[in-house]
Amino acid sequence: MVGIVSYGVYVPRYRITPAEIGAVWGIDGKAYGESLGVYAKSVPGPDEDTITIAVMAARNAMKRVNVNPKEIGAIYCGSESHPYAVKPTATVVAEAIGATPDLTAADYEFACKAGTAGIQTCMGLVKSGMIKYGMAIGADTSQGAPGDPLEYTASAGGAAFLIGTEHVIAEINRTYSYTTDTPDFWRREGQMYPSHGGRFTGEPAYFRHVLTCAKNLMKLQNTTPESYAYAVFHQPNGRFPRRAGKMLGFTDEQIKQGLLTPYIGNTYSGAVMLGISSVLDVAKPGDRILAVAFGSGAGADGFDITVTEEIKEYRRENAPLVKYYVENAQQINYAIYTKFKHQIILREE
Amino acid sequence: MRDVAIIGIGMTKFGELWEKSFRELGIEAGLKAIADAKISGDLLDALYVGNMSAGKLIEQEHVASLIVDYSGYASRHLPAVRVEAASASGGVAFYEAYLAVASGLYDFVMVGGAEKMTDVGDAESNRELCATADNEWESIFGATYASLFAMMARRHMYEYGTTEEQMAQVAVKNHRFGSKNPLAHFRNTLTLDQVLNSSPVATPIKTLDCAPVSDGAAALVLCPWDHARKFTDTPVKIAGIGLATDTIALHSRRDMCTMDAVVRASSRAYHMAGVAPKQVNIAEIHDCYTIAEIIEIEDLRLVKKGEGGKATAEGVTDMGGRVVVNPSGGLKARGQPAGAVGIAQVVEIVEQLRGEAKERQVQGAEVGLTLNIGGTGATAFVSILKREN
Repeated sequence: MVGIVSYGVYVPRYRITPAEIGAVWGIDGKAYGESLGVYAKSVPGPDEDTITIAVMAARNAMKRVNVNPKEIGAIYCGSESHPYAVKPTATVVAEAIGATPDLTAADYEFACKAGTAGIQTCMGLVKSGMIKYGMAIGADTSQGAPGDPLEYTASAGGAAFLIGTEHVIAEINRTYSYTTDTPDFWRREGQMYPSHGGRFTGEPAYFRHVLTCAKNLMKLQNTTPESYAYAVFHQPNGRFPRRAGKMLGFTDEQIKQGLLTPYIGNTYSGAVMLGISSVLDVAKPGDRILAVAFGSGAGADGFDITVTEEIKEYRRENAPLVKYYVENAQQINYAIYTKFKHQIILREE
Repeated sequence: MRDVAIIGIGMTKFGELWEKSFRELGIEAGLKAIADAKISGDLLDALYVGNMSAGKLIEQEHVASLIVDYSGYASRHLPAVRVEAASASGGVAFYEAYLAVASGLYDFVMVGGAEKMTDVGDAESNRELCATADNEWESIFGATYASLFAMMARRHMYEYGTTEEQMAQVAVKNHRFGSKNPLAHFRNTLTLDQVLNSSPVATPIKTLDCAPVSDGAAALVLCPWDHARKFTDTPVKIAGIGLATDTIALHSRRDMCTMDAVVRASSRAYHMAGVAPKQVNIAEIHDCYTIAEIIEIEDLRLVKKGEGGKATAEGVTDMGGRVVVNPSGGLKARGQPAGAVGIAQVVEIVEQLRGEAKERQVQGAEVGLTLNIGGTGATAFVSILKREN
């Protein structure tokens, strides 16, 4: 049995509302936020980045299990906002949780689905017997150009999954990916902010990949939406995952627990892994979860997951739940946001 | 000059057609027109293509040869001409094709219009559209079409008491029509409140007062009237045409609330057709913004000057009204692939005159009119089409 042995999350505490952002750009931000289904987005503090988020999530995952970090044979860290262009995030995490030096580590990038790509790699390595445990992390401090529609949703957060075969709390029954070359969203080397194809990011990118991936996975597994207690879809805003779910035949009730974007924004590589974590925070043995991550460029990773009896013994309480991070929020205004983003030019020392 | 008939029509779906290229759209519309005319493509003597900005929007110029080539006629060395007149490119291509057949130069001519606008982002397509205004005196200073039409709307409100509600009625009506058109870009209906509460673009113009940018193509087959009955029982006669121009910049006009080019082009077409404005049953006109439809029905003399808004609110231009305007959904709902608009308008009128418009059918339609404008009215093309039994 291959699956999730432990998970941990982290979301920065600061929040900014669409109304606050809109006021700067002469837009009715409140109405815009409502149209996107987003009420606030998380903002990293001035000393937080993808590495600190990844480390926090990884430490939280390790607090919940009695696993010797030296038994972790691989760490993959997925993000589109790795602080270094050259030098891995994954090595910092490995050092921070005491997994070094007998392991392999690397950073992944596939827009918002680099973290789930890491889960798949870990599954393969664990299943083949090459490693005992693998850790996959999805974390981001995503960028949206000032004034761009993305600025209202691009947020920060991450989750870490420990993948293994013993004491599995949630078995991954199958993973399936659907990938094409679809240029809906990109950022070239050296550019500060990503570019996107506007409405092209919808139908031909997000919906085509998420819907096809979900349908094909359910076909392979001979399941229907009714087979699942929960469904988690990539959530660039509050509307897309609800619409995708509805188109596939899922109810809002199935989607609600894993839908975090309305409260913390789009955490990119963290989004679906945080959504799954939120579900695992409340799931009972036997609950089945369908999760589909989407990464621009473009591809979707689907996971058919079943929660096991092990979750009863699992010590969720050893680290904060998703709910804690969502609710432990401190509102900031655009001036503080600008300062936190290091965009105020300070006097040279 | 001989009389000219339309014996074939074809049109692609309009919309964000990300899976189809410019050439695919042009060929699809052309093949449909040939199939509708029940002729062999080998009969065609020439091709005219209306296209506004392929060079900028898809970085492809020389589109007339391109379409001939991809239609399989390169080896026949078919004469082919691309016509550009901003968003009136389709209408002016139709004008040229008409002249070619009427003069006796050619017998069978295909005239099409095509535009691929959604391969670029909103800002870029807006910039390309603005290149059709007066760049040195309008666009370069930041004027966009929304802002220019907003100024026309403001003046019309001041001069004639036209209201934002009356403008919104145009959108509501055209979306209701568009909802019945399977090829329309937008098939959703709108309420007055939705239009009035949509976000402002350039006050008083709001998002839902604007036509979209779309991809799409439309095509027609023309032939001499005397040959037409051999191919169809329902040929439609091009009874009158009129082309006119005006100052390219809005601020140089005699009157901001009147498109003199529309007045002139329609006068020429009415005169040639021997038709009075009150005889027109259906009209496909250029509602790029809702205010444009209001001004145009006045300048076409379908209603009195200054009463366009009132007439719209009273249902004069709605189904069952004196003259049904934009039964296809217009640019507002059917969509706006710039170069294809003028041809798509003719396609709709021909369907209506043949009695083939199904749910959108205007009963008893005998005389139809199309109005295709470029810019804020620097070019206007009017055609008057008739069913002759």
